[in-house]
Amino acid sequence: MAETRTPRRKLVWRIGEVVETRPEAPHAKSIILEVPGWEGHKAGQHVDVRLTAEDGYQAQRSYSIASAPEDGRLALVVERLEDGEVSPYLTDELRVGDKLELRGPIGGWFTWEARDGGPLLLVAGGSGIAPLMAMIRHRAAARSEAPTRLLYSSRSREDTIYVEECDRLAAEDAALEVIHTLTRSQPPGWTGYSRRIDREMLDAVAPSPQERPLAFVCGPTPLVETVATVLVELGHDPARVKTERFGPTGG
Amino acid sequence: MDENRLDGNSAGGLLGEIFAFEMTTAQVTCASCGTHSRIGQAMVYGHGMGTIVRCARCDNALIRIAHPSGRYWLDLRGVRYLQVEEA
Repeated sequence: MAETRTPRRKLVWRIGEVVETRPEAPHAKSIILEVPGWEGHKAGQHVDVRLTAEDGYQAQRSYSIASAPEDGRLALVVERLEDGEVSPYLTDELRVGDKLELRGPIGGWFTWEARDGGPLLLVAGGSGIAPLMAMIRHRAAARSEAPTRLLYSSRSREDTIYVEECDRLAAEDAALEVIHTLTRSQPPGWTGYSRRIDREMLDAVAPSPQERPLAFVCGPTPLVETVATVLVELGHDPARVKTERFGPTGG
Repeated sequence: MDENRLDGNSAGGLLGEIFAFEMTTAQVTCASCGTHSRIGQAMVYGHGMGTIVRCARCDNALIRIAHPSGRYWLDLRGVRYLQVEEA
């Protein structure tokens, strides 16, 4: 054998320590972790989180990483599901200093690196913002000038995760546009979109297919399927429309 | 619309338990319709019995994985080729 390549490190369960938790919306929290031995990630990747009960019962869920690769800490966004097995523990019980079992980073398909360039079209529904926020943060940290539009659907302004950071980054950067749609309630004087993402909205917001944007769509399955279908109908290359579905419940 | 449908990405952890490489970028050729796609582009359905990765174009079951009592069962009949990139 002339050359031996080392395969990717085996995916192992690691222990992360919670260093901060922060409410982002009435039902969503950021969990910031330090993970000894973590070897970095790409924007868009996820981790699997595993909880083990005293009787040995285990439950496992996937959470997208919201922090930039340039950030040494790992940020996850957890949306609390009423009947969830994992999310109520993560949002209600987990405290700074607690340990959390996780493995990753996982995924090489739904990822973006600054060198991939743009234009970028990011479409988020609810906590589907997490992997797209990693891309936006990475884009800012890497000083990428890739023209980027984020179309972000939330129930209300209060439910909009990372709203201040999104709007601040957009205000500082002419090549980054953030377009909100608030589907359930709007603040007084709201002039933006106030309906679910549809064909007309995507036609107005998305760069033209001739610009060959790279699209990343993340959110509840129905939203993702609508957006991906419409983008292809509008003439976008299906190979440049990447999707990450959460399933029916959104997290 | 089947709302339990997930993307190939969601099987990345499970496939990573079995294979030494990042599998969401591995290319599969569907044995039924011949479409080439990345596993990240395929559809994933989780069931009590295991996980099924289906072709996004024709819905053929590409990969079935069951993991009862410490043993992985892989049914790859739906895949004509599986191309895995090093590193």
